Amino acid sequence: MSVSAPTRPTRDPVLLAPISWRTPIIMTVLAALALFGFALFTPAGLESTIELTGASAAWQLPDLVIGSRAAALALVLVAFALAGLSFWTAQNRRRSMAVPVVFGICLVFAFLIWAVAGNASGLPLPFLLSTAMTAALPLIFGAFAGLLCERSGVINIAIEGQLLAGAFLTAVLATVAGNAYVGLIAAPVGGALVGLILAVFSIKYRVDQIIVGVVVNVLVLGLTSYLFSTVLSDDPLRLNNPPQLPALRIPLLADIPVVGEALFNQNIIVYAMYAAVVALHIGLFRSRWGLRVRAVGEHPKAADTVGIDVNRTRYRNVVFGSAVAGFGGASMVAAGLAFTKEVTEGRGYIALAAMILGRWSPTGALAAALLFGFADSLNRVLNNIGSPVPYEILAMLPYLATIFAVAGLVGRVRPPAGAGKAYPS
Amino acid sequence: MSENNDGREKPERTGAQPDAAQPDADAPSQAAAPQQPEAHTEAEPDGRGPEDSGRARRAAQAPAVPDTSPRPHPVDDGPTSSQARWATFRHEMLTGSWLLTLLAIVAALVISSVLIAVADADVRASAGYFFARPADLLSAAWSSIAGTYVALFRGSVFDYTVLTGGGVAELGRAISPLTKTMVEATPLILAALGIGIGFRSGLFNIGAQGQVLMGAATASLVGFTFVPPGTGPFSSLLHLVLALGAAVLVGGLWAGIAGILKARTGANEVIVTIMLNWIATYLVAYLLTTAVYRVQANRPIAPHVAETAELPSLLGSWSPLHWGFPLALLAALGVWWLMERSTIGFQFRAVGANMHAARTAGISVNRVFVMVMVTAGMLAGAGGAMQILGVEGTFRASSAGTIGFDAITVALLGRNRSGGIVAAAMLFGALRAGAALMQTVADTPVDIILVIQAVIVLFIAAPPLVRTLFRLPDPQRTRVAARAKEATR
Repeated sequence: MSVSAPTRPTRDPVLLAPISWRTPIIMTVLAALALFGFALFTPAGLESTIELTGASAAWQLPDLVIGSRAAALALVLVAFALAGLSFWTAQNRRRSMAVPVVFGICLVFAFLIWAVAGNASGLPLPFLLSTAMTAALPLIFGAFAGLLCERSGVINIAIEGQLLAGAFLTAVLATVAGNAYVGLIAAPVGGALVGLILAVFSIKYRVDQIIVGVVVNVLVLGLTSYLFSTVLSDDPLRLNNPPQLPALRIPLLADIPVVGEALFNQNIIVYAMYAAVVALHIGLFRSRWGLRVRAVGEHPKAADTVGIDVNRTRYRNVVFGSAVAGFGGASMVAAGLAFTKEVTEGRGYIALAAMILGRWSPTGALAAALLFGFADSLNRVLNNIGSPVPYEILAMLPYLATIFAVAGLVGRVRPPAGAGKAYPS
Repeated sequence: MSENNDGREKPERTGAQPDAAQPDADAPSQAAAPQQPEAHTEAEPDGRGPEDSGRARRAAQAPAVPDTSPRPHPVDDGPTSSQARWATFRHEMLTGSWLLTLLAIVAALVISSVLIAVADADVRASAGYFFARPADLLSAAWSSIAGTYVALFRGSVFDYTVLTGGGVAELGRAISPLTKTMVEATPLILAALGIGIGFRSGLFNIGAQGQVLMGAATASLVGFTFVPPGTGPFSSLLHLVLALGAAVLVGGLWAGIAGILKARTGANEVIVTIMLNWIATYLVAYLLTTAVYRVQANRPIAPHVAETAELPSLLGSWSPLHWGFPLALLAALGVWWLMERSTIGFQFRAVGANMHAARTAGISVNRVFVMVMVTAGMLAGAGGAMQILGVEGTFRASSAGTIGFDAITVALLGRNRSGGIVAAAMLFGALRAGAALMQTVADTPVDIILVIQAVIVLFIAAPPLVRTLFRLPDPQRTRVAARAKEATR
């Protein structure tokens, strides 16, 4: 070895992880697909119409009418530029979530422009976003429930059951009381009861958490379906006819073009969701409570050593998290819809996926859940106004996109280290 | 002091041949025990007096009790060994897993009875004047509960109502429900075997639903498009093998996507399999609107598979049982061999027990991930094919039903072992088979089946809860106590 030691500390290149080119390559491929799919083969003369303001907005903007091919081409070119930028960030070992997110938005808009090209009715963008928010609500609260539980070390597969229980109790109690807000109080109770089963079996009896979760889902599905087919069906008008939760319009803010309706002309559950995101983010990452919860989830023994009651923390978090999911379940009947068998349609599992996709963080889970909600509502809207893509293929897209995201963009996500393991009391 | 009654009446029996000395006491109950859960009540006439479960628990704990009672022959080993033998036997009986399973099923049925009674219209009507005529409520509840369970039994095991007196054909019709149970169990066995392999290898595969669906879709496609050369049993066998093989292949490939993504990119298999379920659902729904499935006039139903591709009937026309059931049992045997006796199975289990240790030991964990998922998918795909080639014949979007999700519960109930899965699938198959008759005869909605299934699995998963409910001894605690007594002796 040479005796001349390096004069200034340089980072040993061997110690650095190899540069991952996966994200930029996937982005380039997707941009290329979009170039051929949405831009080049669109006939030149077509125009795309996009509504910018909803019916209730105070000041109306005229519909946006643009040449389909030129606009899609411009967006795809921006996407290519972002893919190039992504190569640059990868080369410099920077991690940026903004680039893929903006990239995704560009491609979605390129797709939208292509999908409504030549369509006379135009794309009702504010309506689309507004229904996306409604569709995302159960997913958001479900994902929050999942992360509250998993951050404390209990895997919550039972989100589906908690949503279902929340929706069931909301529908019944709101109908009986004749007041939609009573249903909102009942919803968390339903979720918490389901969470209590999960907690008792997984914490006290130390049954495998995934097993309990799956079984509890079956149990709640069976219970609610059974009660629906017997008791509720006997007298649907007096038991299963919940009033609609009114939309609370915030003046001025709701008049913002494009997003105003979606964000500020919604029922109280949406506003509760805003509060929940902020509270959870600060609570988990900036408060003593959050530190303790995360310690219990990551290294229960260490937490126990410093005097945190591991299992009590877990009980509290599971029951509280499940109540959050139950509250989210209320959003599925908030529009004055009657409860039906399996009204959740697997949304609990999608919420689980959103939580993992969002890497166990409230903001990430929110973004992922909104994405699913947007895809769901886009599919409905396009199906209504007539789209060139078959309904089933379009419905498949968000799930395909999730697989791409999990495999390419997110990669190896790491759950809390203590999740899934019971802690001896 | 009641626990020492046993001890007091036994001393005169010498310890030389305790078994021969009390054939009337122990032998019958021992013989009865494996089949008869109520062995304790059966064993009463031997003079020990009525034993409730609470006393049984105290008796089983007898060795743990300090010497507070007079011991007639402290030096003689005979009576204590006989007493210990009886205690051990009773202890094993009360802590055995079969008893827990049985009690879990009983508890599930009891809980469901409450639901059945509560939802019954007559019961609720009579509850209105309960204090005036309480008997009405009880009889209404009894009739609704008994009616439900009797219908469930008739629909799944033995329909005694068709028996009018003699005739083998009549007997066939009576046990036809049992064969229907086997038919229902067939796809559950196959899909649950795959899920069980995943669980034991540390992979949580929620994707059986999608794999079953893809298998069913493939079996149907091959079943109605392929025309086997020539005629006769051999060409039929060729067609059947092709359809089944294609379904197995596609199921394996479909699950393999999740395995490869997990191995290559670390993508969480729970997410990927959930997503693949949805993609399979929509893909199949889309294909059923296209010319691929020769759909006519907006009816999203595939043509019936050719006769050559159908799984032949096993018992004749009186029963729906087809060759899929023995094939599924064969698959269970194969999975048992794979997991317990083969090197690959050892690697699977090693990865499931401790991934890092397995990697350190030189096992390619990533290859195991792919292999586990492919194997699971192949089994689930076969399960889907059974449903098409053996039962339905025509494929539609709902052909997979909830087989894939039920199979998760079956695998959990069967503790991921082949034998357990077959037994659990038979139980769930019986519930599924009997559900239709239960709904039509007893007017109890089929959804109660889900409750029964879930409660059974919950109780079986938590033995301490069942022990608390039925006041059974805790095997660990009594063992520890016995050891402590040995030490103090």
